[in-house]
Amino acid sequence: MYKIVRREEMAHGTIILNEIEAPQIAKKAKAGQFVILIANERGERIPLTMADVDKEKGTITIIYMIVGKSTRLFSTLKVGDGYSDVVGPLGQPTHIEKKGTVVCVGGGTGTAVLHPITRAMYQAGNRVIAIVGARNKDYIIMKEQMQNVSHELRICTDDGSEGRHGFVTEELKEILESEDVAEVVAIGPVPMMKFVSKLTKEYGVPTTVSLNPIMIDGTGMCGGCRVTIGGMTKFACVDGPEFDGHQVDFDGLMRRLLAYKTEEEHSENCFFEQEA
Amino acid sequence: MDYEVEAKYLSKKERRAIPRQSMPEQAPDVRNKDFSEVTLGFGLLEAQYEAARCIQCKDPACVKGCPVGINIPAFLEQIVEGDLNGAINTVWDRTALPAVCGRVCPQEIQCEEVCVVGKKKGREPVGIGNLEMFIADWARDTGVTNEVEIPPSTGKKVAVVGSGPAGITVAGDLAKKGHDVTIYEAFHRAGGVLLYGIPEFRLAKSIVDYEIEQLKKLGVKIVCNTVVGRTVDVDELIEEMGYDAVFIGVGAGLPNFLNIPGEDLNGVFSANEYLTRANLMKAFDFPKYDTPIIPGRNVAILGAGNVAMDAARTAIRLGAKKVTIVYRRTREQSPSRKIEIHHAEQEGVQFKFLTSPLEFIGDANGKLVGINCEKMELGEPDEGGRARPIPTGEHEYIDCDLAIISIGTSANPLLTKTTENLKLNKWGNIEADRRTGKTTKKGVWAGGDITLGQATVILAMGMGRDAANSIDAYLKGEEEW
Repeated sequence: MYKIVRREEMAHGTIILNEIEAPQIAKKAKAGQFVILIANERGERIPLTMADVDKEKGTITIIYMIVGKSTRLFSTLKVGDGYSDVVGPLGQPTHIEKKGTVVCVGGGTGTAVLHPITRAMYQAGNRVIAIVGARNKDYIIMKEQMQNVSHELRICTDDGSEGRHGFVTEELKEILESEDVAEVVAIGPVPMMKFVSKLTKEYGVPTTVSLNPIMIDGTGMCGGCRVTIGGMTKFACVDGPEFDGHQVDFDGLMRRLLAYKTEEEHSENCFFEQEA
Repeated sequence: MDYEVEAKYLSKKERRAIPRQSMPEQAPDVRNKDFSEVTLGFGLLEAQYEAARCIQCKDPACVKGCPVGINIPAFLEQIVEGDLNGAINTVWDRTALPAVCGRVCPQEIQCEEVCVVGKKKGREPVGIGNLEMFIADWARDTGVTNEVEIPPSTGKKVAVVGSGPAGITVAGDLAKKGHDVTIYEAFHRAGGVLLYGIPEFRLAKSIVDYEIEQLKKLGVKIVCNTVVGRTVDVDELIEEMGYDAVFIGVGAGLPNFLNIPGEDLNGVFSANEYLTRANLMKAFDFPKYDTPIIPGRNVAILGAGNVAMDAARTAIRLGAKKVTIVYRRTREQSPSRKIEIHHAEQEGVQFKFLTSPLEFIGDANGKLVGINCEKMELGEPDEGGRARPIPTGEHEYIDCDLAIISIGTSANPLLTKTTENLKLNKWGNIEADRRTGKTTKKGVWAGGDITLGQATVILAMGMGRDAANSIDAYLKGEEEW
């Protein structure tokens, strides 16, 4: 069992943080890599990119939004409980180098994944501008942490309750107009990454996105996580999860993410009935 | 068959007159709705009659036909005599996994192909595989275990990477020789392809679990959730964790795709994904188990090997109304075991030969609705001697809401890419000595599909055994690197 040593709730309990004991994974993990977690012996394998790693304590941190049966089940685990299985670190780490000005754009729980990458970019000596977007101010996560690892933090909310009243793309456009940006890293909902990539392509700024398709094994064995990158089939689990945003077929990714919509709803309803 | 007289009292002539005993099976229209095993196994008398058909050749061809050299005539005669304990020990002498091999070995091209009894006109070979299954199941059911005296600890540590047939064999053999063995498995359960690939209806998972338990009793440690090449590297195993030898048996884990348009549509699967969902993750029991599977009403399987048959028969059991195997060559050229094609046909699987997929067709939501295919005809033989399928230009559209691509697998580069000094062949498989399994990296052996490409359970086990012998000799200082 992989024990939970810290649990926090964010955004009215819709987003959960778990710090989990996994010394071997912590020892090897690098920014941008992911783990696969299973709650119990009947559970499914859920891939989540790590939000933080503490090599000394031997722990990893994940932050997830409750979106279906499995994450709902995860959210019932308390401190002292654990996941039956955690495997990783999987995927390629983020390529970090000193490039100049780097803009890190996070949306929703994507900000959690973006945080260690932002930190690595910051520590590598880049000038880092962070943009964090959310539905409203209550759904902004890791604001302080992002502030600590960037030179400038800009907030955007859909309802204007904090920061800019508008999308992250509008904020990004302003930066691209006024600054010489070496790279953009965008992690969040697929539509957000799609529109960020579309925008940066116009400006010719290299853009990295992190994809989270449906996956089983995470080692290249099933091919379920295949994504189309520049017309070629790639496996997010071994070739990714990060890819050149200008090459990603986001519409194809979105379609594939909906493959089990009916089954997922059914499974979640069964869970609700069971709980009741 | 009338079994009034025990087989051992029959005369030689009477023995020779016994027809091959057919394996009791669940009726096709019953079994195609659930996942329990198709074959039910022999009873004792049936087994003894079948074993009595063996004529006890002085120079038995069947033993040479067996990749692990089981003394087949000896264990068959022990069954006839009623010495079941003796029989299972004869088998265990050469294989750690008889319950598995009895079920999934291609006996018809190994021991049974060369059986002298089957060479006579109108006669069939002795059912060696069925008898291996019988004796292994008897041992498991009665709790007879492979009692071996384990010598004192040698103090040598061996890491086995992968818990499939090759890894299980290496681990068992080396534990019995007093070495301290740890298996590292990437998945959350041990068993490798026996768990994720071969379906429950061909090999009950309880059998695999039982075999893993036997390994643990020998002192083998099993560490799951460890991807060697990611969680830990081969060099770390040797340099930091103090392993004296490493065996790599990670299988051929990368599914081949057709590289034709529409392959990313929802409803197009690799057989690996489809079978892993159904078998390892138990998606057939969704939503009791959390992993879903798209059941499919009208399913096309692309490819005609054993894995294709497994996928087809799984789709039937998941409730598909129609399942069609689409293959660009002919029935005779199919790499599948005859028995698998036979079972699939019995269960309602249809076949479309000389048909090659060109393009997957989807609807507006990106869901698969059909496949454009081209009809083929046989042309000149290729390098392998098989007549090559030639496109005719004639097209055919196949309606389907699920397509499962089953055209083989390639070597997974995850471990090999992160390990230095490990020489690979042009397909990415590890180059290992045919006799010993030694790789080009000191202290590292390899076997099974990662060296062979896609092969069989028994070949992987055979290589595991050879590697175990070589590792043992090396650790004892009897063999130089």
